[in-house]
Amino acid sequence: MKRLMIAAAVVALTLGSALTGATAQEKLKVGFIYVGPVGDMGWTYQHEVGRRAIQEQFKDKIDTSYLENVNEGPDAERSIEQLVRTGHKLIYTTSFGFMDATAKVAKKYPNVMFEHATGYKRDKNLATYSGRFYEGRYIMGQIAARMSKSGTIGYIGSFPIPEVVSGVNAMMLGAQSVRPDMKVKIIWVNAWYDPGKEAAAARALADQGADVLAQHTDSAAAMQFANERGIFAFGQDSDQIKFGPKAQLTAIVNNWTPYYAERIKLALEGKWATGDVWGGLNSKIVQMAPYTNMPDEVKKLATETEGAISSGTLHPFKCPVLAQDGKPVECKGGTHLDDGQILGMNFYIKGIDDKLPGM
Amino acid sequence: MRLALERRAERSIAMALVSPLIAVALTLATGALLFALLGKPPVEALKIYFFEPLTDPWALQEIAVKATPLVLIAVGLSLCYLANVWNIGAEGQFLIGAITGGWLAVATHGTGAGYWVLPAMLVLGALGGAAYALVPAVFRVRFGASEILTSLMLVYVAELLLDYLVRGPWRDPKGFNFPTTAEFDAVAAMPTLIEGSRLHLGAIIALLVVAWATVMLGRTLKGFEIKLVGAAPRAARFGGFSDKWLTVVTFLISGALAGLAGVIEVSATVNHLQPNISPGYGFTAIIVAFLGRLNPAGILVAALFLALTFIGGESAQISLKVPLDLTKVFQGILLFYVLACDTLILYRFRLLPAPKAVHGIR
Repeated sequence: MKRLMIAAAVVALTLGSALTGATAQEKLKVGFIYVGPVGDMGWTYQHEVGRRAIQEQFKDKIDTSYLENVNEGPDAERSIEQLVRTGHKLIYTTSFGFMDATAKVAKKYPNVMFEHATGYKRDKNLATYSGRFYEGRYIMGQIAARMSKSGTIGYIGSFPIPEVVSGVNAMMLGAQSVRPDMKVKIIWVNAWYDPGKEAAAARALADQGADVLAQHTDSAAAMQFANERGIFAFGQDSDQIKFGPKAQLTAIVNNWTPYYAERIKLALEGKWATGDVWGGLNSKIVQMAPYTNMPDEVKKLATETEGAISSGTLHPFKCPVLAQDGKPVECKGGTHLDDGQILGMNFYIKGIDDKLPGM
Repeated sequence: MRLALERRAERSIAMALVSPLIAVALTLATGALLFALLGKPPVEALKIYFFEPLTDPWALQEIAVKATPLVLIAVGLSLCYLANVWNIGAEGQFLIGAITGGWLAVATHGTGAGYWVLPAMLVLGALGGAAYALVPAVFRVRFGASEILTSLMLVYVAELLLDYLVRGPWRDPKGFNFPTTAEFDAVAAMPTLIEGSRLHLGAIIALLVVAWATVMLGRTLKGFEIKLVGAAPRAARFGGFSDKWLTVVTFLISGALAGLAGVIEVSATVNHLQPNISPGYGFTAIIVAFLGRLNPAGILVAALFLALTFIGGESAQISLKVPLDLTKVFQGILLFYVLACDTLILYRFRLLPAPKAVHGIR
């Protein structure tokens, strides 16, 4: 059936612009730009899951396509424009590095709707969206503190940008809430997706005594390593239990489907407007994979914390948050750090015995 | 019996000229087969892949934009390779050019500096790339270190230096701590040739470089020296040419061109410095140089063709919903056929009797 549809689309293309114009009017063309391969089993894969789900849900009303492994450099602008020029009216650029390119193309094509994940530049036709993944990391920290024998978490970082730094901090705040002397070792691999480097980093961390691994990179390499080595790990972006049936404690699952479905519904109704959505556990953008490989009391603790964060009674960055030197960080949000402080976080909290690269 | 490659006694000039065309034809045929196996209509697919971009002005401009850095770098590399000097580190020289040129844009940001900024950036970029290329050249002539290794290793040094600069001292203070410099001012941006298009002045510069290299190689003593040292080093030494000096010169030229490509790329398409400014142009250019047979005009054609496979590959991903891997397979098949055709034109297969075992030492 799918093949038939593609064949039909190709025939339509060759028959000339009059006919394609007619079909384009019927269906909203939605395009996605991915930073990794759709098979990364992590960040890009979860966006692809969202794309497939909305294609299924709005079968007759939309037509989706994607470009994968798009370089976050000079090529991005062309790739986005390529989608515009092939009739896509709603375009999702799903990595931070596409921000400037998206903003440029959005300015050039005011009648096309753009949504950029994890960035901060917005326009009349450029909205942004992201997930409060730090909420999940706080829960992970608590679990790690209970499950670790060595008292050391190994953290595989991608790039030391605020989103990643706030994740490390949130995890350590969670860990310190149950075990104040928890330690973390961090290795930066300077890539979002590089299974080779990720596995090497996992090995180095384990060799330095870490017995629970967390990561902010997109492949399942560390999970597979942890399973072989007999230590624990947290999945990233997607439920990676099949890569670590004995190792995965839980995973942060990026669930974009409800967000995409809602935005596309608005676009179809002509009610789409720009804006910024930063959803957490509460909005279901951030979900926790089942709590596995842990005793019931740890499971109970994790479930309670999840409920508290979701209902708003607990904020991972509740004041006082102490900076590395022990001085409290200015509390702009009243009882917790405000969104601006979390989005621009460039410091480690007290208890992290490391230095941020480039600081 | 064993199979051996034997050099043909005569070189057919006609065959040498049509060889790339045969390779392209074979690539298209194999491509059609691939599409058919994937269940896509092969003729339509090839049309979307190779021909539609050629009929769309926007796509043609984008092809030129993509080919510009490839041409600049590959022309420089071809001079090295002709002289038997193996510069593998053009990617690093590209990045250093972007850094040294980009430095001026960062330093003059918001100061209201005049139109001298862009020309000065181009000069600085070329100088930076040349200086960076001087390192493996000097190591080679002074200490005999393999320039293949040293130039390649310096790529990683350049990547990390850029990474450090945009995360540290040059970071945009208003950029939410993200690793990028401030957006370049208008005087630091490469002018576009057509309003609303990305086609920029760099394309003209690339054409001028191709013309210069053609004249230099074909009509000047330096060009003769480069080719002679590469083809017959002993004869060149008897003729009084210094291969050491030539190593330095070719490295300097190719470094300068790669650096120029780097600063042009950041000022034209990216408009600021960030950790990721090159999708591996310095390495792709090595392929372009050989695909173009180390000839400036050939390089121009090869770069445009390779750019076409990128742009067409994107169209195919969108219209046919084929994976990106297919684009890469296509490029691989193309290179394979080009090299295979070249080999079979210069050599032929012969079945030889197995050599007799030799006993004792002569």
